[in-house]
Amino acid sequence: MLKPILRRLASAAAVLWAAATAAYLALHLAPGSTIDTLVGDGPDTPVIRAQIAADLGLDRPAVVQYVAYLGRLLHGDLGRSYVLQRPVADIIGGQIWPTVKLTLLASAFIVVIAVGLALLTTGRARWIRGLVSVLELSLISAPTFLIGILLLSLFSFRLGWFPVSGDRDASALVLPALSLALPLGALLSQVIREGLERALEEPFALTARARGLKRSALLWRHALRHALLPAVTLGGTLIGFMLSAAVVVEQVFGRPGLGHVATEAVGTKDIPVVLAVVMLASAIYVLLSTIADLAYLLIDPRLRKG
Amino acid sequence: MDISLPVPTTVGVRAGWRLPSLVAPVAFLVLVAVAVVAPALLTGTDPLAADPMSALRAPSAEHWFGTDQLGRDVFTRVVYGARYSLSIGLAATVLSVVAGGLVGLIAGLSPRVVDELLSRALDVLSAFPEVLLALLFIAFTQPGTPSLILAIALAFAPRYGRIVRAQTLLVRRAGYVEQATTFGLSRARLAWRHIVPNVLGPLPILATIGLGVAIVNAASLSFLGMGPQPPSPEWGAMLSESRNYLRVAWWSAILPGLALTITVVSLTAVGRRLQARFEGRR
Repeated sequence: MLKPILRRLASAAAVLWAAATAAYLALHLAPGSTIDTLVGDGPDTPVIRAQIAADLGLDRPAVVQYVAYLGRLLHGDLGRSYVLQRPVADIIGGQIWPTVKLTLLASAFIVVIAVGLALLTTGRARWIRGLVSVLELSLISAPTFLIGILLLSLFSFRLGWFPVSGDRDASALVLPALSLALPLGALLSQVIREGLERALEEPFALTARARGLKRSALLWRHALRHALLPAVTLGGTLIGFMLSAAVVVEQVFGRPGLGHVATEAVGTKDIPVVLAVVMLASAIYVLLSTIADLAYLLIDPRLRKG
Repeated sequence: MDISLPVPTTVGVRAGWRLPSLVAPVAFLVLVAVAVVAPALLTGTDPLAADPMSALRAPSAEHWFGTDQLGRDVFTRVVYGARYSLSIGLAATVLSVVAGGLVGLIAGLSPRVVDELLSRALDVLSAFPEVLLALLFIAFTQPGTPSLILAIALAFAPRYGRIVRAQTLLVRRAGYVEQATTFGLSRARLAWRHIVPNVLGPLPILATIGLGVAIVNAASLSFLGMGPQPPSPEWGAMLSESRNYLRVAWWSAILPGLALTITVVSLTAVGRRLQARFEGRR
């Protein structure tokens, strides 16, 4: 039991280390040196260049710089923004909470949509399932920004139920979270329904029904547990999607957040900020998908060997 | 949605018979293909012709999809936009299938050390969420069509690489390959004649489904301002330009988005059907 867990943790750590190294290499091998960017349109003399190099430690050997970079990363020091001239950690720190709020509420919506839709449609008439399957396929295929814009024009502009943009109160969170949750809920509901239908074909389902268990009780108490297993393996992919889609959703709804920071920073070529957001996102992604994998080990004893 | 469809293949296969008929999706894709190849057949107007006097008009017999904030005909822009969105998606998909496929094939055929190394490299690339990896790439280059294509190709290559590697390992261990080895076939001949064709079989189908995803991703990044710049009628960029006029003119944002969605739904429906048929045959 302990060995596969340790192995999974070690490989997650290795991936994170390699990602950090790749980011370091990208920053240093990219065309246009850091010094060029910092000099910008200001006075450009060898003295100023030497001063910047000394300030940033760029005059030291590459290996020393690399080790120092890893050390700073471990202490949460993500470097300095080229454009805003502030520590990147401060910029990101101020914007992390709106994104966390958004993804947490979206996760809650996803579970409700996916489980609800799957339980309601399993084993129903063929035309109902056909209809739902077309609806799900459309939600999965539609770009997140279109879902956001549809919700926005219907519920904000036409009905006036929710604010149009910003992050003033809880009501401003509903539509963005829903835009994130609809496609993922639809995807997950397909997987769960598939699992439910498979579970209902198992001999244990017949036995339970023969002993007089109601259909709804069978679905809730027995089949759902089986159906959730494959859903857990999708956990990593879902998290990856949610982090990507949050960038777009923040832009649609004019919300503050990490995605907004990253988009702005790409526009101003503020590479340390973009790198930091991307690294943070990948760290969260690796961490959560590792947890999902470990949860799978806990749920399904057959995987613990080896 | 702007990731892959990480649907386990079984979903597509089991749901295959439940999907609606393919007539509508194929007909729509033909229409889109016409828009890509010869947009002038579908509309007689110039996609860039602005007419401020008739800005933000609702859909009518004259302007089927209405007009946008500069008085440009939205239907014409949607028709001309097909070329941008589809060619970016197609180029990115082909690049990522070829690059990822090569890496996967080399990893699957090589000795263990090389395989480990390449697989770890793919793992590291997959540790970045796709849109963010693409954003990072664009930050290092500059917004525009070429970097958008490369960025999406980079973000999607690891997925194809992993699939091809797994498939190669599977085929390598198949009975007929072992038998061919005992007949004394050279390694190169074995790889080229017996392993590669069987590995590449499912790739076009995966690429069909992947194409829809790549198109959505390209549009999403364009929506963020990373792709073709205004006034190009790219679908995602059109949505982003129209977002500020949503209160008075829903059509100029929502209709390009619907064109995009129906294209992707059609591609996915066709891809899943092909996949169901392919796996059923085996």
